Amino acid sequence: MQPEPSAIASFINIGERTNVTGSAAFKKLILGGDYAAAVEVARNQVENGAQIIDVNMDEGLLDSEFAMVTFLKLIAAEPDIARVPVMVDSSKWSVIEAGLKCLAGKGIVNSISLKEGEAPFLESARKVMRYGAAAVVMAFDEKGQADTAQRKVEICERAYKLLTGIGFEPADIIFDPNIFAVATGIEEHNSYGNDFIAATAEIRRRCPHAHISGGVSNLSFSFRGNEPVRRAMHSVFLLHAIRAGMDMGIVNAGQLDVYDAIPEELREACEDVVLNRRDDATDRLLAIADKYRGDGKAIEKATDEWRLLPVSKRLEHALVKGLDSFVVEDTEEARLLAFNSGGRPIDVIEGPLMDGMNVVGDLFGQGKMFLPQVVKSARVMKKAVAHLLPYIEAEKSAGSSSKGKIVMATVKGDVHDIGKNIVGVVLQCNNFEVVDLGVMVPFQTILKAANDEGADMIGLSGLITPSLDEMVTVAAEMQRAGMTMPLLIGGATTSRVHTALRIAPAYAGPVIHVLDASRAVGVAGTMVSDTLKDELVAATAREYEDIRVKRANSGQSALVSLEAARANAYTPDFAAYPPIRPAFTGVQVVDDVTVADLIPYIDWTPFFQAWELAGQYPAILTDKIVGESASNLFADAQKMLGQIVAENWLTPRAVVAIWPARREGDDIVVFEGDNRAEELARFPFLRQQIAKREGRPNSCLADFISPDGDWLGGFAVTAGDGIEAHLARFKAQHDDYQDILLKALADRLAEAFAEFLHERVRRTIWGYETGPQQSNDDLIRERYKGIRPAPGYPACPEHSLKAILFDLMQTTDRTGITLTESFAMLPTASVSGFYFAHPEASYFGVARIGRDQLADYADRRGISLEQAETWCRPNLD
Amino acid sequence: MTIADTLRAEAAKRILVKDGPYGTAIQGLGLTEADYRGELALPMDQKGNNDLLNLTRPDAIAGVCDQYIAAGAVILATNTFNANRISQADYGAEHLVGDINRAAARITRGCADRATAADGLPRFVAGSLGPTNKTLSLSPRVSDPGYREVDFDGVKAVYREQIDALVEGGVDIILIETVFDTLNAKAAAFAAAEAGEALGRELPVMLSMTLTDLSGRNLSGQTVEAFWHSIRHVKPLSVGLNCSFGATELRPYVTALARAADTLIQVYPNAGLPNDLGAYDEAPETTGGLVGGWADEGLINIIGGCCGTTPAHIAAMARAVAGKTPRVVPIETPALRLSGLEAFSFAA
Repeated sequence: MQPEPSAIASFINIGERTNVTGSAAFKKLILGGDYAAAVEVARNQVENGAQIIDVNMDEGLLDSEFAMVTFLKLIAAEPDIARVPVMVDSSKWSVIEAGLKCLAGKGIVNSISLKEGEAPFLESARKVMRYGAAAVVMAFDEKGQADTAQRKVEICERAYKLLTGIGFEPADIIFDPNIFAVATGIEEHNSYGNDFIAATAEIRRRCPHAHISGGVSNLSFSFRGNEPVRRAMHSVFLLHAIRAGMDMGIVNAGQLDVYDAIPEELREACEDVVLNRRDDATDRLLAIADKYRGDGKAIEKATDEWRLLPVSKRLEHALVKGLDSFVVEDTEEARLLAFNSGGRPIDVIEGPLMDGMNVVGDLFGQGKMFLPQVVKSARVMKKAVAHLLPYIEAEKSAGSSSKGKIVMATVKGDVHDIGKNIVGVVLQCNNFEVVDLGVMVPFQTILKAANDEGADMIGLSGLITPSLDEMVTVAAEMQRAGMTMPLLIGGATTSRVHTALRIAPAYAGPVIHVLDASRAVGVAGTMVSDTLKDELVAATAREYEDIRVKRANSGQSALVSLEAARANAYTPDFAAYPPIRPAFTGVQVVDDVTVADLIPYIDWTPFFQAWELAGQYPAILTDKIVGESASNLFADAQKMLGQIVAENWLTPRAVVAIWPARREGDDIVVFEGDNRAEELARFPFLRQQIAKREGRPNSCLADFISPDGDWLGGFAVTAGDGIEAHLARFKAQHDDYQDILLKALADRLAEAFAEFLHERVRRTIWGYETGPQQSNDDLIRERYKGIRPAPGYPACPEHSLKAILFDLMQTTDRTGITLTESFAMLPTASVSGFYFAHPEASYFGVARIGRDQLADYADRRGISLEQAETWCRPNLD
Repeated sequence: MTIADTLRAEAAKRILVKDGPYGTAIQGLGLTEADYRGELALPMDQKGNNDLLNLTRPDAIAGVCDQYIAAGAVILATNTFNANRISQADYGAEHLVGDINRAAARITRGCADRATAADGLPRFVAGSLGPTNKTLSLSPRVSDPGYREVDFDGVKAVYREQIDALVEGGVDIILIETVFDTLNAKAAAFAAAEAGEALGRELPVMLSMTLTDLSGRNLSGQTVEAFWHSIRHVKPLSVGLNCSFGATELRPYVTALARAADTLIQVYPNAGLPNDLGAYDEAPETTGGLVGGWADEGLINIIGGCCGTTPAHIAAMARAVAGKTPRVVPIETPALRLSGLEAFSFAA
């Protein structure tokens, strides 16, 4: 984790390995004409997280224009590199212009300045606009480079006025107010750090929307050769510069330390130098600098001993430990070994790799390894297989040794796939061939793929309740198509009961509900076994028949009539707690929240549940059985969170609304104005209809709103904006582990955002809560007044209310969240719901409803009975 | 009021209808090589050189245009998709580029002005610039990824020649369409800006990207958001998508672009996906129903047709969007918006 996530969150790191003035290695490659290797430098840099790459070919021995153009054309052909914007860096305008002519995207010019006066400056700026680029503007004028804070501010403000005067977008201006070396022994240089920091704050104030950038390594120039001291200086400087408003920079991640991890003595001494806090600062840093020389790299050695093992053992070790750094070379070695002894590439898979995976499978089966580790192992396996595949294909060897083939899909209308992906990985680890059709897959595609691929079985997944109906549709269509292959059902809302009652009767072939990923292998394995299959199919059929019989003989609790239920409604004490007028009514976009703000609000327990690790956080980290696995997963999660924050992977977006409202029967009506005359929309809610004991109400959310005038809130948050690019990257790298990790984290961040926003609503937007801030634990345990029920969850189980809510808040336009036909939210890491402020408002489950309420609901919702039946299906059985 | 202002004012009132393709319509005419060639002395076979018909069969081109006007189109593109020096070189007709564009612009201008004189409804003539068949971002040589057949200044000059002739013939707007390589489009927009500068007035530009497959990227690899960031500096009158696939498949990308772009959105899809024989068989009512859905969701400002659509499709779309509220152009918050193949946004 970075020291100051909230500050680092808004910092863009520019890669400078492709700069001949900044990297001796790159310069050597370009001078030697080895452009292929130079392209790899760029690729490496993007893979390591550079969000923009700086390309500079200013070198006396080079035809810089030619080198710039050649290199930019080459990287344009590499999608992994070309996905990020390019900074065209040169002191010569002709080189910059030649570069701009190669950029399909919108890049950044580095740089233009007032060095030659206003006319040439504006001429360059106009060209930059016409080519469609942003620009770095150096704090440099006719008199020279700005060194004092005052000069920096003056020049930048002058440039800003000139640029905006010709229509240059303010947000496309990036000022570089010059970072100079400090602690050089020359007294005038001592204040350079301070000058930059002070100028940064003032420029940000005077030049709205403009950015501040700088090359940080200059600062520590006088400590060349002492990397630990340089790293500490950079970290200290950045902390203060970022706080002042520096938001971009050329910083090599390897040239940074975690601020808090810097020894206090060194940190203090660096801070004195950077901030010029005392006259003898330089001497004091020099005095201790030698102590920190050296790089402390000796520790790693012991862990590398496994590298001395024979190759098959190395592969096994890598698979079991989930280490992927040597897997390609080890696989290649194993392939050559096989080749030299007359074997085939496939032998590597069937031999050492499968042996390794069998060890993994055994350990998993024995409960000695857990899902996160298995997924990591799978990543290693995938990389090894990816390496072998071209050789196998070249050999055109048919005949796979797979145990069986399964077609998997998240059904139409649903977008959730963490669980499905986990099952897919586990099956692949166990030598099943998995054809993953992705999410929102219509039955036509599923059936076609199953037939085309000659699959042994189909696996369906879904998270939201409408998916249950869609699964019934798939089953019915399989029946209609005369298929006989087994159908496996999984996903959070699916159940044995639902499968028995609704899916199995629709399809004559075997239908089996699979509770979790650890059962998937057993079930799938049995389904391809000649000896075991019939037995399991028969046993399951008997079991489901039992469930159906029991259900028919009515184990169900009795329902009361809707009329009786309404007579037994919950009645809050509106006299003691009258509705509180909100500080704000209407709809507002929340766009000032960063991922770093949300981290403290994360409820980690469900995160571990997603990985099938049972236990409460934080106790789970020290649990005797899963503790180690949970700790490793947690460490990986923290690392990725750090990246998400530092590199701005995800942008939290939200919209929140509070409307004047009134209860009308079981509806809540929301209005435009306080006089409650102009109706905006009507939310019909469902009421509990199960017969209750004396004194227990038949609740409905509408009960918590006063019929005499009240307010209702609504919200939608997402933490998934931006996730696709990273998921695509992980997919491309065969990295299911990071893929699932990121999705699981984004889900947690969305929930954290909902918690965060609810707090803001209670404390400021609505403003009914005062008093000291609550701890995260209290928040997670919901020790506050008011609730935020979400459509699709037990208190308002009918998903389609989201559509009304979304329309009313123009949610899609304002947050980018969209709804599928089954009202699943995209991105999946999104939460939406209502706010009820009354202190007696509480969560409950609607559970089963009667036909009378169904008809009444259809009427109130303005839909056909048939439509209502579909939407309320989970509450009808 | 400038033409751009008039168009924006009209677009605020209703969803505007653009015409359909010339290619599909001309195919239906069953013309012979002699029709194409006319009296011109050209060395090569001219059959299929649809742009040449502006010179040799102006009656046929005007006929197509009139059919689209009758179907309800008010934004009318010229029949000049391939009327540039690079594409015409394939027919040995590059010396006719100026003549073709001037003639095409005059034909469309004439049809538009006649219709407006009759009913008073404003119409807009858009000079069509196709992508050419050369790309600035990709190498045609597999083993030499740094090679390019053309360069930026060359492509810019090719477009400038075409733009100048179109303006001379009377177009209101430059329509840079079927953008498969964003850098080609940037060169075209650059040429339009320079042409406007030479004219001493702003020459409004419309841009339309095309996606090459269902990954939602154009041939040079950009997503729709990245494309928008790359060309936003042009301050286009509208931005959109055309060709690619049918309305069903285009929908997610229309949504993404409508969300991202602070200008008018125009879309002109194909008539579905081609069937096994390569023909488009989506019924006009089907296309109409699909774009009507977009209108209901507030995604579009300008609608029209591309490959496989006919005047009947345009009429069905016009009926489907009639009386529906056009998309409201969002106000973008200031941010540093960059792009490679993917979009990058950073607010200060």
